[in-house]
Amino acid sequence: MGVISSKLGNLGIVTTTLDEAVNWGRTGAMWPLLFGLACCAIEYMSTQASNYDLARFGMELNRASPRQADLLIVAGRVSRKMAPVIRQLYDQMAAPKWVISMGDCASCSGVYNNYALVQGVDEVIPVDVYVAGCPPRPEQLIHGILTLHEKVRGDHIKEWAS
Amino acid sequence: MVLQTPEKTGEVYKWEGSVEELKGLVTERAITGETMLLNMGPHHPSTHGVLRLLLELDGEEIVSCLPDVGYLHTGIEKNMEHKTYEKCVTLTDRMDYLAPMSNNLAFCLAVEKLVDLDVPERAQIIRVICMELTRLNSHLVWLGTHALDMGAMSVFLYCFREREIILEMFEMLSGQRMMSSYIRPGGVWRDIPPEFMPALEKFLDYMPGKIDDYEKLLTNNPLWIDRTQGIGIIEPDVAMAWGVSGPSLRGSGVSWDIRKAMPYSGYEQYDFNVPVGEHGDVYDRFYVRILEMRESVKILGQALKRLTPKGPFRSDNRKFVPPPRSELGQSMEAVIHHFKLWTEGFSAPDEEVFVAIESPRGEIGCYLHGAGDNKPRRVHFKTPSFMHIAALPVMSKGHLIADLVGIIGSVDIVLGDCDR
Repeated sequence: MGVISSKLGNLGIVTTTLDEAVNWGRTGAMWPLLFGLACCAIEYMSTQASNYDLARFGMELNRASPRQADLLIVAGRVSRKMAPVIRQLYDQMAAPKWVISMGDCASCSGVYNNYALVQGVDEVIPVDVYVAGCPPRPEQLIHGILTLHEKVRGDHIKEWAS
Repeated sequence: MVLQTPEKTGEVYKWEGSVEELKGLVTERAITGETMLLNMGPHHPSTHGVLRLLLELDGEEIVSCLPDVGYLHTGIEKNMEHKTYEKCVTLTDRMDYLAPMSNNLAFCLAVEKLVDLDVPERAQIIRVICMELTRLNSHLVWLGTHALDMGAMSVFLYCFREREIILEMFEMLSGQRMMSSYIRPGGVWRDIPPEFMPALEKFLDYMPGKIDDYEKLLTNNPLWIDRTQGIGIIEPDVAMAWGVSGPSLRGSGVSWDIRKAMPYSGYEQYDFNVPVGEHGDVYDRFYVRILEMRESVKILGQALKRLTPKGPFRSDNRKFVPPPRSELGQSMEAVIHHFKLWTEGFSAPDEEVFVAIESPRGEIGCYLHGAGDNKPRRVHFKTPSFMHIAALPVMSKGHLIADLVGIIGSVDIVLGDCDR
Protein backbone atom coordinates (compact mmCIF):
# COMPACT_ATOMS: atom_id res chain seq x y z
CA MET A 1 0.00 0.00 0.00
CA GLY A 2 2.74 2.41 -1.03
CA VAL A 3 0.42 5.16 -2.14
CA ILE A 4 -1.60 5.24 1.05
CA SER A 5 1.45 5.27 3.30
CA SER A 6 3.00 8.10 1.31
CA LYS A 7 -0.22 10.08 1.64
CA LEU A 8 -0.44 9.47 5.36
CA GLY A 9 3.15 10.50 6.01
CA ASN A 10 5.54 8.56 8.14
CA LEU A 11 3.05 6.58 10.20
CA GLY A 12 4.92 3.34 9.89
CA ILE A 13 2.20 0.75 9.46
CA VAL A 14 -1.17 0.74 7.72
CA THR A 15 -3.48 -2.14 8.34
CA THR A 16 -6.27 -3.17 6.05
CA THR A 17 -8.18 -6.26 5.05
CA LEU A 18 -7.43 -8.27 1.95
CA ASP A 19 -10.93 -7.52 0.70
CA GLU A 20 -10.41 -3.81 0.89
CA ALA A 21 -6.92 -3.83 -0.56
CA VAL A 22 -7.94 -5.90 -3.58
CA ASN A 23 -11.13 -3.95 -4.19
CA TRP A 24 -9.20 -0.69 -3.95
CA GLY A 25 -6.91 -1.94 -6.65
CA ARG A 26 -9.74 -3.16 -8.82
CA THR A 27 -11.70 0.08 -8.70
CA GLY A 28 -8.63 2.23 -9.17
CA ALA A 29 -7.70 0.84 -12.58
CA MET A 30 -10.65 -0.79 -14.24
CA TRP A 31 -9.71 -0.98 -17.88
CA PRO A 32 -12.63 -0.88 -20.28
CA LEU A 33 -12.77 -2.73 -23.57
CA LEU A 34 -12.44 -0.44 -26.57
CA PHE A 35 -15.83 -1.33 -27.95
CA GLY A 36 -18.64 0.80 -29.27
CA LEU A 37 -21.80 -0.01 -31.13
CA ALA A 38 -23.84 3.08 -31.93
CA CYS A 39 -24.75 6.56 -30.72
CA CYS A 40 -23.84 5.86 -27.09
CA ALA A 41 -20.29 5.05 -28.18
CA ILE A 42 -19.92 8.67 -29.27
CA GLU A 43 -21.00 9.90 -25.83
CA TYR A 44 -18.63 7.33 -24.36
CA MET A 45 -15.86 8.89 -26.45
CA SER A 46 -16.88 12.31 -25.13
CA THR A 47 -16.61 10.92 -21.61
CA GLN A 48 -13.09 9.77 -22.37
CA ALA A 49 -12.06 13.03 -24.05
CA SER A 50 -10.92 16.34 -22.66
CA ASN A 51 -13.98 17.76 -20.92
CA TYR A 52 -15.08 14.79 -18.86
CA ASP A 53 -11.70 13.07 -18.61
CA LEU A 54 -12.38 9.51 -17.55
CA ALA A 55 -8.71 9.25 -16.56
CA ARG A 56 -9.77 10.68 -13.20
CA PHE A 57 -11.17 7.23 -12.44
CA GLY A 58 -8.21 5.30 -13.77
CA MET A 59 -10.03 4.40 -16.96
CA GLU A 60 -8.21 6.31 -19.66
CA LEU A 61 -6.68 3.12 -20.98
CA ASN A 62 -8.97 1.31 -23.36
CA ARG A 63 -7.89 -2.16 -24.26
CA ALA A 64 -8.64 -3.32 -27.77
CA SER A 65 -8.30 -6.94 -26.74
CA PRO A 66 -10.98 -8.44 -24.49
CA ARG A 67 -8.30 -10.54 -22.81
CA GLN A 68 -6.80 -7.43 -21.24
CA ALA A 69 -10.05 -5.71 -20.32
CA ASP A 70 -11.97 -5.74 -17.03
CA LEU A 71 -15.06 -3.82 -18.03
CA LEU A 72 -17.34 -4.19 -21.02
CA ILE A 73 -19.39 -1.09 -21.70
CA VAL A 74 -22.13 -2.07 -24.12
CA ALA A 75 -22.66 1.31 -25.74
CA GLY A 76 -25.47 1.15 -28.24
CA ARG A 77 -28.12 -1.02 -29.76
CA VAL A 78 -27.46 -4.74 -30.01
CA SER A 79 -28.69 -6.29 -33.23
CA ARG A 80 -29.38 -9.99 -33.57
CA LYS A 81 -26.37 -10.28 -35.83
CA MET A 82 -24.14 -8.60 -33.24
CA ALA A 83 -25.36 -10.48 -30.15
CA PRO A 84 -23.16 -13.60 -30.65
CA VAL A 85 -20.14 -11.36 -31.14
CA ILE A 86 -20.81 -9.59 -27.85
CA ARG A 87 -21.23 -12.91 -26.09
CA GLN A 88 -17.92 -14.07 -27.52
CA LEU A 89 -16.18 -10.90 -26.41
CA TYR A 90 -17.58 -11.34 -22.93
CA ASP A 91 -16.48 -14.97 -22.80
CA GLN A 92 -12.97 -13.95 -23.85
CA MET A 93 -12.58 -11.48 -21.00
CA ALA A 94 -10.66 -12.76 -18.01
CA ALA A 95 -12.41 -12.75 -14.63
CA PRO A 96 -13.07 -10.61 -12.67
CA LYS A 97 -15.13 -8.84 -15.30
CA TRP A 98 -18.01 -6.40 -15.21
CA VAL A 99 -20.57 -5.13 -17.67
CA ILE A 100 -22.22 -1.73 -17.92
CA SER A 101 -25.20 -1.52 -20.20
CA MET A 102 -25.05 2.03 -21.49
CA GLY A 103 -28.19 3.61 -22.85
CA ASP A 104 -31.77 2.59 -23.33
CA CYS A 105 -31.08 0.42 -26.38
CA ALA A 106 -28.59 -1.82 -24.61
CA SER A 107 -30.74 -1.94 -21.47
CA CYS A 108 -34.16 -2.62 -22.98
CA SER A 109 -33.84 -1.80 -26.70
CA GLY A 110 -35.25 1.71 -26.11
CA VAL A 111 -37.50 3.04 -28.82
CA TYR A 112 -37.15 -0.04 -30.99
CA ASN A 113 -39.43 -2.94 -30.36
CA ASN A 114 -38.84 -4.78 -33.59
CA TYR A 115 -37.41 -7.79 -35.38
CA ALA A 116 -33.87 -6.48 -35.67
CA LEU A 117 -32.75 -5.82 -32.12
CA VAL A 118 -32.11 -7.95 -29.07
CA GLN A 119 -34.49 -6.55 -26.46
CA GLY A 120 -31.78 -5.70 -23.98
CA VAL A 121 -28.22 -6.98 -23.89
CA ASP A 122 -28.98 -8.85 -20.64
CA GLU A 123 -30.53 -11.53 -22.88
CA VAL A 124 -27.01 -12.54 -23.88
CA ILE A 125 -24.65 -11.42 -21.09
CA PRO A 126 -25.10 -10.62 -17.39
CA VAL A 127 -25.17 -6.90 -16.66
CA ASP A 128 -23.97 -5.17 -13.47
CA VAL A 129 -25.10 -1.60 -13.98
CA TYR A 130 -27.72 -0.14 -16.32
CA VAL A 131 -27.34 3.47 -17.38
CA ALA A 132 -30.52 5.04 -18.72
CA GLY A 133 -30.69 7.75 -21.37
CA CYS A 134 -30.79 8.06 -25.12
CA PRO A 135 -27.88 8.60 -25.20
CA PRO A 136 -26.88 9.11 -21.55
CA ARG A 137 -24.92 12.26 -20.87
CA PRO A 138 -21.27 11.73 -19.91
CA GLU A 139 -22.20 12.60 -16.32
CA GLN A 140 -24.71 9.78 -16.33
CA LEU A 141 -22.12 7.30 -17.56
CA ILE A 142 -19.68 8.49 -14.91
CA HIS A 143 -22.40 7.98 -12.32
CA GLY A 144 -22.89 4.46 -13.65
CA ILE A 145 -19.18 3.78 -13.38
CA LEU A 146 -19.10 5.09 -9.80
CA THR A 147 -22.09 2.90 -8.97
CA LEU A 148 -20.15 -0.06 -10.32
CA HIS A 149 -17.15 0.94 -8.20
CA GLU A 150 -19.41 0.95 -5.16
CA LYS A 151 -20.61 -2.52 -6.06
CA VAL A 152 -17.05 -3.78 -6.49
CA ARG A 153 -16.02 -2.32 -3.12
CA GLY A 154 -18.71 -4.46 -1.51
CA ASP A 155 -17.25 -7.70 -2.89
CA HIS A 156 -15.93 -10.31 -0.44
CA ILE A 157 -13.11 -12.74 -0.86
CA LYS A 158 -15.38 -15.69 -0.13
CA GLU A 159 -17.54 -14.88 -3.13
CA TRP A 160 -14.64 -14.87 -5.58
CA ALA A 161 -14.00 -18.55 -4.94
CA SER A 162 -17.48 -19.65 -5.92
CA MET B 1 -30.84 -17.47 -35.00
CA VAL B 2 -31.45 -18.87 -31.54
CA LEU B 3 -30.25 -16.65 -28.77
CA GLN B 4 -28.71 -18.43 -25.84
CA THR B 5 -29.14 -17.45 -22.25
CA PRO B 6 -25.87 -16.82 -20.36
CA GLU B 7 -25.93 -20.32 -18.85
CA LYS B 8 -26.45 -22.10 -22.11
CA THR B 9 -23.64 -20.86 -24.30
CA GLY B 10 -21.87 -23.44 -26.30
CA GLU B 11 -20.77 -24.08 -29.80
CA VAL B 12 -23.46 -21.78 -31.26
CA TYR B 13 -20.83 -19.16 -31.88
CA LYS B 14 -18.38 -21.33 -33.78
CA TRP B 15 -18.03 -20.39 -37.41
CA GLU B 16 -18.71 -23.56 -39.31
CA GLY B 17 -18.29 -22.20 -42.79
CA SER B 18 -15.58 -23.33 -45.15
CA VAL B 19 -13.39 -21.44 -47.57
CA GLU B 20 -15.30 -23.13 -50.41
CA GLU B 21 -18.26 -20.85 -49.64
CA LEU B 22 -16.17 -17.86 -50.58
CA LYS B 23 -15.53 -19.07 -54.15
CA GLY B 24 -15.99 -16.23 -56.58
CA LEU B 25 -15.63 -13.63 -53.85
CA VAL B 26 -11.93 -14.21 -53.24
CA THR B 27 -9.28 -15.30 -55.73
CA GLU B 28 -8.41 -18.92 -56.43
CA ARG B 29 -5.18 -18.44 -54.54
CA ALA B 30 -7.12 -18.08 -51.30
CA ILE B 31 -8.86 -21.42 -51.88
CA THR B 32 -5.54 -23.19 -52.34
CA GLY B 33 -4.13 -21.48 -49.27
CA GLU B 34 -1.53 -19.43 -51.13
CA THR B 35 -2.94 -16.16 -49.79
CA MET B 36 -4.26 -15.65 -46.29
CA LEU B 37 -7.80 -14.83 -45.28
CA LEU B 38 -8.03 -12.46 -42.33
CA ASN B 39 -11.11 -11.33 -40.49
CA MET B 40 -11.17 -7.67 -39.42
CA GLY B 41 -14.01 -6.63 -37.17
CA PRO B 42 -16.82 -6.31 -36.21
CA HIS B 43 -14.98 -5.58 -32.99
CA HIS B 44 -11.98 -3.62 -34.13
CA PRO B 45 -10.79 -0.25 -32.83
CA SER B 46 -10.40 1.27 -36.29
CA THR B 47 -13.47 0.18 -38.19
CA HIS B 48 -15.52 3.11 -36.84
CA GLY B 49 -18.23 1.00 -35.36
CA VAL B 50 -19.12 -2.54 -36.24
CA LEU B 51 -17.90 -2.94 -39.78
CA ARG B 52 -16.57 -6.36 -40.62
CA LEU B 53 -14.09 -6.85 -43.42
CA LEU B 54 -12.87 -10.15 -44.74
CA LEU B 55 -9.42 -9.51 -46.16
CA GLU B 56 -7.44 -11.65 -48.52
CA LEU B 57 -3.79 -10.93 -47.93
CA ASP B 58 -0.67 -11.66 -49.88
CA GLY B 59 1.87 -11.01 -47.17
CA GLU B 60 0.80 -7.59 -45.97
CA GLU B 61 -0.75 -6.57 -49.26
CA ILE B 62 -4.51 -6.57 -49.67
CA VAL B 63 -5.59 -8.72 -52.62
CA SER B 64 -9.32 -8.43 -52.01
CA CYS B 65 -11.53 -6.97 -49.34
CA LEU B 66 -15.10 -8.10 -48.65
CA PRO B 67 -17.15 -5.79 -46.44
CA ASP B 68 -19.86 -7.40 -44.32
CA VAL B 69 -22.45 -4.95 -43.06
CA GLY B 70 -25.59 -5.35 -40.99
CA TYR B 71 -24.13 -5.66 -37.50
CA LEU B 72 -26.04 -2.56 -36.52
CA HIS B 73 -29.23 -3.19 -38.45
CA THR B 74 -31.98 -1.62 -36.41
CA GLY B 75 -35.04 -1.83 -38.63
CA ILE B 76 -35.59 1.92 -38.46
CA GLU B 77 -37.21 2.14 -41.88
CA LYS B 78 -39.67 -0.61 -41.00
CA ASN B 79 -40.38 0.96 -37.61
CA MET B 80 -41.30 4.21 -39.33
CA GLU B 81 -44.17 2.53 -41.14
CA HIS B 82 -45.89 2.23 -37.77
CA LYS B 83 -45.39 5.77 -36.60
CA THR B 84 -46.98 9.09 -37.46
CA TYR B 85 -44.83 11.52 -39.46
CA GLU B 86 -44.01 13.65 -36.45
CA LYS B 87 -42.84 10.63 -34.46
CA CYS B 88 -40.69 9.36 -37.33
CA VAL B 89 -38.41 12.37 -36.84
CA THR B 90 -37.13 10.95 -33.55
CA LEU B 91 -36.06 7.76 -35.31
CA THR B 92 -34.15 9.58 -38.04
CA ASP B 93 -31.83 11.06 -35.39
CA ARG B 94 -30.53 7.66 -34.54
CA MET B 95 -29.47 6.61 -38.05
CA ASP B 96 -26.45 8.76 -38.68
CA TYR B 97 -25.71 9.60 -35.08
CA LEU B 98 -22.87 11.97 -35.90
CA ALA B 99 -25.16 14.16 -37.97
CA PRO B 100 -28.64 13.76 -36.45
CA MET B 101 -29.93 17.09 -37.74
CA SER B 102 -29.07 16.24 -41.35
CA ASN B 103 -31.27 13.17 -41.14
CA ASN B 104 -34.01 15.24 -39.53
CA LEU B 105 -33.84 17.72 -42.37
CA ALA B 106 -33.83 15.10 -45.14
CA PHE B 107 -36.94 13.50 -43.68
CA CYS B 108 -38.71 16.79 -42.93
CA LEU B 109 -38.04 18.13 -46.43
CA ALA B 110 -39.53 14.92 -47.84
CA VAL B 111 -42.63 15.28 -45.64
CA GLU B 112 -42.98 18.94 -46.58
CA LYS B 113 -42.73 18.05 -50.26
CA LEU B 114 -45.29 15.29 -49.83
CA VAL B 115 -47.92 17.41 -48.10
CA ASP B 116 -46.90 20.67 -49.81
CA LEU B 117 -46.05 22.61 -46.69
CA ASP B 118 -44.19 25.93 -46.71
CA VAL B 119 -41.47 26.79 -44.24
CA PRO B 120 -41.00 30.43 -43.14
CA GLU B 121 -37.77 32.18 -44.11
CA ARG B 122 -36.54 32.49 -40.53
CA ALA B 123 -37.04 28.78 -39.85
CA GLN B 124 -34.93 28.05 -42.92
CA ILE B 125 -32.13 30.22 -41.58
CA ILE B 126 -32.28 28.35 -38.25
CA ARG B 127 -32.15 25.10 -40.22
CA VAL B 128 -29.07 26.23 -42.13
CA ILE B 129 -27.39 27.13 -38.84
CA CYS B 130 -28.22 23.68 -37.48
CA MET B 131 -26.94 22.02 -40.66
CA GLU B 132 -23.60 23.77 -40.57
CA LEU B 133 -23.14 23.22 -36.83
CA THR B 134 -23.90 19.56 -37.49
CA ARG B 135 -21.33 19.51 -40.26
CA LEU B 136 -18.69 20.95 -37.93
CA ASN B 137 -19.74 18.53 -35.21
CA SER B 138 -19.47 15.54 -37.52
CA HIS B 139 -16.19 16.63 -39.09
CA LEU B 140 -14.69 17.15 -35.63
CA VAL B 141 -15.49 13.58 -34.63
CA TRP B 142 -14.21 12.36 -37.97
CA LEU B 143 -10.95 14.31 -37.68
CA GLY B 144 -10.38 13.19 -34.10
CA THR B 145 -10.98 9.51 -34.76
CA HIS B 146 -9.23 9.48 -38.13
CA ALA B 147 -6.11 10.99 -36.59
CA LEU B 148 -6.41 8.66 -33.60
CA ASP B 149 -6.45 5.66 -35.94
CA MET B 150 -3.27 6.89 -37.57
CA GLY B 151 -1.59 7.34 -34.19
CA ALA B 152 -2.08 11.07 -33.49
CA MET B 153 -3.81 11.08 -30.14
CA SER B 154 -3.74 14.78 -29.27
CA VAL B 155 -5.91 15.81 -32.23
CA PHE B 156 -8.71 13.69 -30.78
CA LEU B 157 -8.59 15.54 -27.48
CA TYR B 158 -8.61 18.96 -29.17
CA CYS B 159 -11.47 18.05 -31.51
CA PHE B 160 -13.67 16.80 -28.71
CA ARG B 161 -13.04 19.95 -26.71
CA GLU B 162 -14.51 22.05 -29.51
CA ARG B 163 -17.27 19.55 -30.12
CA GLU B 164 -18.53 20.01 -26.58
CA ILE B 165 -19.21 23.67 -27.35
CA ILE B 166 -21.36 22.69 -30.34
CA LEU B 167 -23.19 20.11 -28.25
CA GLU B 168 -23.89 22.74 -25.63
CA MET B 169 -25.47 24.90 -28.31
CA PHE B 170 -27.60 21.96 -29.46
CA GLU B 171 -28.65 21.52 -25.88
CA MET B 172 -29.74 25.16 -25.72
CA LEU B 173 -31.86 24.64 -28.83
CA SER B 174 -33.44 21.32 -28.10
CA GLY B 175 -32.63 20.20 -24.56
CA GLN B 176 -30.63 17.22 -25.85
CA ARG B 177 -26.97 17.01 -26.71
CA MET B 178 -27.05 14.55 -29.57
CA MET B 179 -30.50 13.22 -30.45
CA SER B 180 -32.10 16.61 -30.68
CA SER B 181 -35.05 15.99 -33.08
CA TYR B 182 -35.10 19.76 -33.36
CA ILE B 183 -36.09 20.02 -37.00
CA ARG B 184 -39.74 19.13 -37.51
CA PRO B 185 -42.06 19.15 -40.50
CA GLY B 186 -42.99 22.80 -41.05
CA GLY B 187 -40.02 24.40 -39.34
CA VAL B 188 -38.24 23.73 -36.09
CA TRP B 189 -39.50 22.53 -32.72
CA ARG B 190 -39.25 25.81 -30.81
CA ASP B 191 -37.80 29.27 -31.11
CA ILE B 192 -34.10 29.82 -30.47
CA PRO B 193 -33.48 30.71 -26.83
CA PRO B 194 -32.01 34.18 -26.09
CA GLU B 195 -28.63 32.75 -25.05
CA PHE B 196 -28.12 30.96 -28.36
CA MET B 197 -27.10 33.86 -30.59
CA PRO B 198 -24.37 35.22 -28.27
CA ALA B 199 -23.05 31.67 -27.84
CA LEU B 200 -22.90 31.16 -31.60
CA GLU B 201 -21.18 34.52 -32.09
CA LYS B 202 -18.55 33.58 -29.54
CA PHE B 203 -18.07 30.21 -31.16
CA LEU B 204 -17.57 31.75 -34.60
CA ASP B 205 -14.79 33.95 -33.25
CA TYR B 206 -13.21 30.99 -31.51
CA MET B 207 -13.42 28.25 -34.13
CA PRO B 208 -11.17 29.48 -37.02
CA GLY B 209 -8.17 29.62 -34.70
CA LYS B 210 -8.86 26.08 -33.60
CA ILE B 211 -9.02 24.84 -37.19
CA ASP B 212 -5.59 26.47 -37.64
CA ASP B 213 -4.42 24.42 -34.67
CA TYR B 214 -5.56 21.15 -36.26
CA GLU B 215 -3.81 22.13 -39.45
CA LYS B 216 -0.63 22.90 -37.53
CA LEU B 217 -0.76 19.41 -36.08
CA LEU B 218 -1.47 17.55 -39.31
CA THR B 219 -1.41 19.38 -42.64
CA ASN B 220 2.36 19.72 -43.00
CA ASN B 221 3.28 16.95 -40.62
CA PRO B 222 5.73 14.69 -42.54
CA LEU B 223 4.49 11.58 -40.75
CA TRP B 224 0.89 12.39 -41.64
CA ILE B 225 1.82 13.12 -45.26
CA ASP B 226 3.75 9.85 -45.54
CA ARG B 227 0.82 7.88 -44.21
CA THR B 228 -1.85 9.57 -46.33
CA GLN B 229 -0.55 10.83 -49.67
CA GLY B 230 -0.89 8.37 -52.54
CA ILE B 231 -2.96 6.00 -50.39
CA GLY B 232 -6.46 4.84 -51.26
CA ILE B 233 -6.67 6.64 -54.58
CA ILE B 234 -10.02 6.56 -56.30
CA GLU B 235 -10.41 8.07 -59.76
CA PRO B 236 -13.31 10.53 -60.27
CA ASP B 237 -15.21 8.34 -62.75
CA VAL B 238 -14.76 5.23 -60.60
CA ALA B 239 -15.92 7.15 -57.52
CA MET B 240 -19.05 8.30 -59.31
CA ALA B 241 -19.72 4.80 -60.61
CA TRP B 242 -19.64 3.49 -57.03
CA GLY B 243 -21.97 6.24 -55.83
CA VAL B 244 -19.40 7.94 -53.63
CA SER B 245 -20.59 11.41 -52.64
CA GLY B 246 -19.83 14.33 -50.41
CA PRO B 247 -16.28 15.24 -49.34
CA SER B 248 -15.05 11.79 -50.37
CA LEU B 249 -16.10 12.47 -53.96
CA ARG B 250 -14.85 16.05 -53.88
CA GLY B 251 -11.47 14.72 -52.75
CA SER B 252 -11.25 13.09 -56.20
CA GLY B 253 -11.73 16.46 -57.85
CA VAL B 254 -15.45 16.32 -58.69
CA SER B 255 -17.14 19.55 -57.72
CA TRP B 256 -20.51 18.11 -56.68
CA ASP B 257 -22.31 19.56 -53.72
CA ILE B 258 -26.08 19.35 -53.40
CA ARG B 259 -26.10 22.66 -51.56
CA LYS B 260 -24.94 24.20 -54.86
CA ALA B 261 -26.42 21.80 -57.40
CA MET B 262 -29.94 21.47 -55.97
CA PRO B 263 -30.21 24.11 -53.23
CA TYR B 264 -32.61 23.53 -50.35
CA SER B 265 -33.47 25.62 -47.27
CA GLY B 266 -32.23 28.74 -49.05
CA TYR B 267 -28.62 27.63 -49.52
CA GLU B 268 -28.54 29.55 -52.82
CA GLN B 269 -28.50 32.79 -50.82
CA TYR B 270 -25.23 32.02 -49.06
CA ASP B 271 -21.81 32.73 -50.45
CA PHE B 272 -19.48 29.79 -49.99
CA ASN B 273 -16.98 27.73 -51.95
CA VAL B 274 -16.98 24.03 -52.61
CA PRO B 275 -13.43 22.83 -51.93
CA VAL B 276 -12.21 20.06 -54.23
CA GLY B 277 -9.14 17.86 -54.10
CA GLU B 278 -6.90 16.74 -56.88
CA HIS B 279 -5.54 13.25 -56.38
CA GLY B 280 -8.43 11.43 -54.68
CA ASP B 281 -6.18 10.00 -51.98
CA VAL B 282 -6.59 9.92 -48.21
CA TYR B 283 -4.77 13.25 -47.81
CA ASP B 284 -7.03 15.06 -50.27
CA ARG B 285 -10.15 13.76 -48.60
CA PHE B 286 -8.72 14.95 -45.30
CA TYR B 287 -7.87 18.39 -46.63
CA VAL B 288 -11.22 18.86 -48.36
CA ARG B 289 -12.95 18.31 -45.02
CA ILE B 290 -10.66 20.77 -43.25
CA LEU B 291 -11.51 23.39 -45.88
CA GLU B 292 -15.18 22.51 -45.55
CA MET B 293 -15.04 23.28 -41.86
CA ARG B 294 -13.79 26.77 -42.72
CA GLU B 295 -16.60 27.17 -45.25
CA SER B 296 -19.12 26.08 -42.62
CA VAL B 297 -17.88 28.80 -40.29
CA LYS B 298 -18.31 31.26 -43.16
CA ILE B 299 -21.91 30.13 -43.82
CA LEU B 300 -22.69 30.31 -40.10
CA GLY B 301 -21.46 33.91 -39.99
CA GLN B 302 -23.72 34.87 -42.91
CA ALA B 303 -26.70 33.04 -41.42
CA LEU B 304 -26.20 34.72 -38.07
CA LYS B 305 -26.30 38.12 -39.76
CA ARG B 306 -29.59 37.25 -41.48
CA LEU B 307 -31.19 35.76 -38.38
CA THR B 308 -33.55 38.08 -36.54
CA PRO B 309 -33.99 37.49 -32.80
CA LYS B 310 -37.79 37.28 -33.11
CA GLY B 311 -40.03 35.94 -35.80
CA PRO B 312 -41.84 32.83 -37.00
CA PHE B 313 -39.93 29.59 -36.47
CA ARG B 314 -42.48 27.23 -37.99
CA SER B 315 -45.31 27.27 -40.42
CA ASP B 316 -48.68 28.57 -39.22
CA ASN B 317 -50.58 25.95 -41.18
CA ARG B 318 -52.54 24.47 -38.30
CA LYS B 319 -53.37 21.28 -40.19
CA PHE B 320 -49.72 20.21 -39.97
CA VAL B 321 -48.08 22.26 -37.24
CA PRO B 322 -49.39 22.48 -33.65
CA PRO B 323 -50.54 25.91 -32.42
CA PRO B 324 -48.46 27.79 -29.84
CA ARG B 325 -49.38 27.30 -26.19
CA SER B 326 -50.61 30.88 -25.87
CA GLU B 327 -53.44 30.14 -28.31
CA LEU B 328 -54.66 27.07 -26.44
CA GLY B 329 -56.32 29.04 -23.66
CA GLN B 330 -58.24 31.29 -26.05
CA SER B 331 -59.29 29.32 -29.08
CA MET B 332 -61.33 26.13 -29.23
CA GLU B 333 -60.09 25.66 -32.78
CA ALA B 334 -56.50 25.61 -31.53
CA VAL B 335 -57.32 22.98 -28.90
CA ILE B 336 -58.89 20.77 -31.55
CA HIS B 337 -55.88 21.13 -33.83
CA HIS B 338 -53.52 20.41 -30.97
CA PHE B 339 -55.47 17.31 -29.97
CA LYS B 340 -55.74 15.99 -33.52
CA LEU B 341 -52.05 16.54 -34.26
CA TRP B 342 -50.75 14.87 -31.10
CA THR B 343 -53.10 11.90 -31.23
CA GLU B 344 -53.74 11.12 -34.86
CA GLY B 345 -51.11 13.17 -36.64
CA PHE B 346 -51.63 14.58 -40.09
CA SER B 347 -52.46 12.67 -43.25
CA ALA B 348 -50.34 12.63 -46.37
CA PRO B 349 -51.45 11.73 -49.89
CA ASP B 350 -50.71 8.38 -51.51
CA GLU B 351 -47.76 9.68 -53.49
CA GLU B 352 -44.03 9.20 -53.52
CA VAL B 353 -41.32 11.81 -53.16
CA PHE B 354 -37.53 11.80 -53.06
CA VAL B 355 -35.41 14.50 -51.49
CA ALA B 356 -31.63 14.57 -51.26
CA ILE B 357 -29.52 16.85 -49.10
CA GLU B 358 -25.82 17.25 -48.45
CA SER B 359 -25.03 15.67 -45.10
CA PRO B 360 -21.51 15.93 -43.68
CA ARG B 361 -20.80 12.48 -45.12
CA GLY B 362 -22.33 13.00 -48.53
CA GLU B 363 -25.65 12.73 -50.22
CA ILE B 364 -28.41 11.52 -47.94
CA GLY B 365 -31.61 10.89 -49.79
CA CYS B 366 -35.04 10.22 -48.34
CA TYR B 367 -37.60 8.31 -50.35
CA LEU B 368 -41.03 8.68 -48.81
CA HIS B 369 -44.23 7.03 -49.95
CA GLY B 370 -47.39 8.28 -48.28
CA ALA B 371 -50.31 5.94 -47.78
CA GLY B 372 -53.19 8.39 -47.78
CA ASP B 373 -53.39 8.30 -43.99
CA ASN B 374 -51.29 9.38 -41.01
CA LYS B 375 -48.44 6.88 -41.43
CA PRO B 376 -46.01 6.42 -44.30
CA ARG B 377 -46.29 3.32 -46.48
CA ARG B 378 -42.57 3.09 -47.08
CA VAL B 379 -39.58 5.15 -46.02
CA HIS B 380 -36.17 4.50 -47.43
CA PHE B 381 -32.93 6.35 -46.94
CA LYS B 382 -30.15 6.42 -49.48
CA THR B 383 -27.18 6.85 -47.20
CA PRO B 384 -23.62 7.83 -48.08
CA SER B 385 -21.89 5.42 -45.68
CA PHE B 386 -23.34 2.40 -47.48
CA MET B 387 -21.95 3.62 -50.79
CA HIS B 388 -18.58 4.41 -49.25
CA ILE B 389 -18.28 0.97 -47.72
CA ALA B 390 -19.10 -0.51 -51.12
CA ALA B 391 -16.23 1.50 -52.60
CA LEU B 392 -13.71 0.38 -49.93
CA PRO B 393 -12.52 -2.71 -51.90
CA VAL B 394 -11.67 -0.48 -54.88
CA MET B 395 -9.72 1.96 -52.74
CA SER B 396 -7.87 -0.59 -50.66
CA LYS B 397 -6.73 -2.97 -53.40
CA GLY B 398 -2.95 -3.36 -53.45
CA HIS B 399 -2.36 -1.36 -50.29
CA LEU B 400 -0.85 -2.54 -47.04
CA ILE B 401 -3.13 -3.60 -44.23
CA ALA B 402 -1.92 -0.68 -42.09
CA ASP B 403 -3.10 1.74 -44.77
CA LEU B 404 -6.57 0.22 -44.78
CA VAL B 405 -7.17 1.84 -41.39
CA GLY B 406 -6.46 5.22 -42.92
CA ILE B 407 -8.66 4.52 -45.92
CA ILE B 408 -11.61 3.52 -43.73
CA GLY B 409 -11.16 6.71 -41.73
CA SER B 410 -10.86 8.89 -44.80
CA VAL B 411 -14.26 7.99 -46.29
CA ASP B 412 -15.90 8.82 -42.96
CA ILE B 413 -18.33 5.98 -42.49
CA VAL B 414 -20.89 5.63 -39.74
CA LEU B 415 -22.31 2.16 -39.43
CA GLY B 416 -25.60 3.40 -38.06
CA ASP B 417 -25.96 5.35 -41.28
CA CYS B 418 -25.12 2.30 -43.35
CA ASP B 419 -27.18 -0.38 -41.62
CA ARG B 420 -30.07 1.70 -40.23
